[in-house]
Amino acid sequence: MEMLALLIPVSLGLGLLGLVAFVWALKNRQYDDPAGDAQRILTKDWDDHPKG
Amino acid sequence: MSEAFSASACPACVALPAALATAGAGQALAPAPNTLFLSLPTSHCAVCIADVERGLLAQPGVTAARVNLSLKRVRIEGPAAADPAPLIAALAAIGYPAHELNPEALRQTEAELWGRDLLMRLAVAGFAMMNIMLLSVAVWSGAEDATRDLFHWLSAAIALPTLVFAGQPFFASAWASIKARRLGMDVPISLALILASGMSLFETAMGGHHAYFDAAVSLCFFLLIGRYLDYRSRALARSAAEELSALEVPRALRLVPGAAGLAEAVPVSTLRPGDFVRVLPGGRLPVDGVVAEGQSELDRALLTGETAPVPIAPGQVVSAGEVNLTGPLVVQVTAAGADSSLARMAALVAAAEGARHRYRGLADRMARAYSPVVHIMAFSAFSVWLGLTGDLRLAVNIAAATLIITCPCALALAAPAVVTAASGKLFRKGLLIKDGTALERLAEAEAVVFDKTGTLTLGAPQVDVPMAEAQDLALALALAEGSNHPLSQAIAAALRARGLTPAPVQARREVPGFGVLAQAGGRALRLGRPGWAGEGLTQNRKAVPSGLSEVEFRAGAHLLRFTFQDSLRPGAAELVARLQAEGRRVILLSGDQPGPVAALAATLGIAEHHAGVGPAEKAALLSSLAKAGARPLMVGDGLNDTAALAAAHVSISPASALDAARAASDIVLLGQSLEPVGEALALARLARRRIKENFVLSLGYNLISVPLALLGLATPLIAALAMSSSSLTVSLNALRMNVKGAR
Repeated sequence: MEMLALLIPVSLGLGLLGLVAFVWALKNRQYDDPAGDAQRILTKDWDDHPKG
Repeated sequence: MSEAFSASACPACVALPAALATAGAGQALAPAPNTLFLSLPTSHCAVCIADVERGLLAQPGVTAARVNLSLKRVRIEGPAAADPAPLIAALAAIGYPAHELNPEALRQTEAELWGRDLLMRLAVAGFAMMNIMLLSVAVWSGAEDATRDLFHWLSAAIALPTLVFAGQPFFASAWASIKARRLGMDVPISLALILASGMSLFETAMGGHHAYFDAAVSLCFFLLIGRYLDYRSRALARSAAEELSALEVPRALRLVPGAAGLAEAVPVSTLRPGDFVRVLPGGRLPVDGVVAEGQSELDRALLTGETAPVPIAPGQVVSAGEVNLTGPLVVQVTAAGADSSLARMAALVAAAEGARHRYRGLADRMARAYSPVVHIMAFSAFSVWLGLTGDLRLAVNIAAATLIITCPCALALAAPAVVTAASGKLFRKGLLIKDGTALERLAEAEAVVFDKTGTLTLGAPQVDVPMAEAQDLALALALAEGSNHPLSQAIAAALRARGLTPAPVQARREVPGFGVLAQAGGRALRLGRPGWAGEGLTQNRKAVPSGLSEVEFRAGAHLLRFTFQDSLRPGAAELVARLQAEGRRVILLSGDQPGPVAALAATLGIAEHHAGVGPAEKAALLSSLAKAGARPLMVGDGLNDTAALAAAHVSISPASALDAARAASDIVLLGQSLEPVGEALALARLARRRIKENFVLSLGYNLISVPLALLGLATPLIAALAMSSSSLTVSLNALRMNVKGAR
């Protein structure tokens, strides 16, 4: 049972990490064009280097 | 509106900026914006993105172009963004029709921030729910004493701040409805959240067995999903409204009194009756008035639905909204601003729209009936248990459990989930739903009313080229290219399509209101109005079939006749046939002459048709249909249809329609074909059935779980199961829409 003292904070921390990542992505406008981003990966423009 | 020339799809709007500049008005305009948004209704794939971006970047003056596929629009930066016309033409050349959007209206709005705010609360609630569920699993599987208390305390530590943050939308709206002395759905929701968390906190402090933190947080989470879906469909509606730019010409060229021929650009609102304004070819008339100088032709199609341009001479009355085609006009103002016929029409539209906004959606009606039931049930559970046992703690416990279980998680998801799924599917088929309840209203439509010009027909004339020598036709082409008149341009396009090149002509000039004349090899050439072109020639005149426009071409002693016919919009015939096969009443209403209306009705097999119907009469007819219970669907595009579109039970307009018409309608057809309308009707019925199924499903869950709660048998586990499984069932049922029949 002593493990709980470690495991609970760890599990909460991991969840919190996910939440922070989501909030960051949201603020960073990553969700503005999900359909377009899914398609852009198919073009060759960005394959070797960032598009100039 | 800062842009004087952003409005409209008129044929010669391109001429307007140049015309304003020559009048010395260029500097009076707002500084050229360097960001432009274009809507791209047909873009759908990776190749489209690459094509459009590459095509735009190849244009001079474009520094950046980025396609947003989710919104089907492209953002263009650079000096070229000041004038969208060449960019739209460039996109059309590579096969992507584009419409201009108003950048002012598309800037991030308060509502968009609200959407992000909701998403953030949703994420926090989701995070909290997962963690509390994790702790609750331990409690459900038999944790006891100190462990259970520890887990309850941990849950409380996560749940209480989460509820304070994530529950705010409900608390705020519940408080607003209490202040307004109404009982919205948010009142029982807030009550359940507060009661459940307060009671659970008390139980935890007392070392009790049951804590409802998980139920409270998951309730909050599911309800936020419903809220967010609701917001999404409304955001789609709003963005459609934002895409409509202003119709009214914001500026007019007023002749300065005393200074001959000098004109200044002034806002239309400052014009007074008696002023003189100049209207250049291609410009839309800003006011009602009387022609003082000049001869030209007017395109009245938007006001009356008449296809043929009307010749106009000094002394004739003109109305705001008509488009001047060939020659400059000086108009003496008789009515401007709020008194003009355009503004009167707008008032008619506003009145009709007010009537429609009273429509209440299925979900709304459901919530109204349901919310008192929830309160009564929880309160009676509380008083009965208190009366029976005298145990206040038990009674509050049972009342809270009842509230949580009856709380309409699934009910809140039932309609928005279906509407989101359906409008997504319709969007892929090229229909933009502007209003959340439009689908429900579309499902109820029994009669379908069509406008003629621009709706069932394309509104662009098709030439019937006469049999003649190529030499004569080449001369006709040379003359046709000398005018911006739509009929003239149509002739030019048709002759070019035959591979002809213009023959050399001399002294070509346009006679406003009549046609174009020139000389070639000593022969007088004229292309223009019948009677004018063939002046002095004695050639037997055949009567022109009614409904057809005609242009004559005279080369020396030869006389050729070009006749015009408006072609059917693709899918129109199929749609009318499908509607009639489904047993719906189909009506054709047009402001055009009886001849062409009857001809079109005969082609499509529409028995019920009315010609020469004015805007007010159209609206009146729609209202009388609505009163008779026919719940008409109106499909129209012109300014003369706007009032009728607003008066109809539900309305659709094509993307090529006038801005005002698109603003007044519920659904915008993005493609050219009318065929998706039939599918939309079918899908709307399916959506309504799904919504009703969802209501039945969620009420079914309540039917099972509410008796348990009332009897005091409900545990947090049962509450959690009932809530999540009903929400899941309802969402899956809504998603079924995308799978079944998705061709």
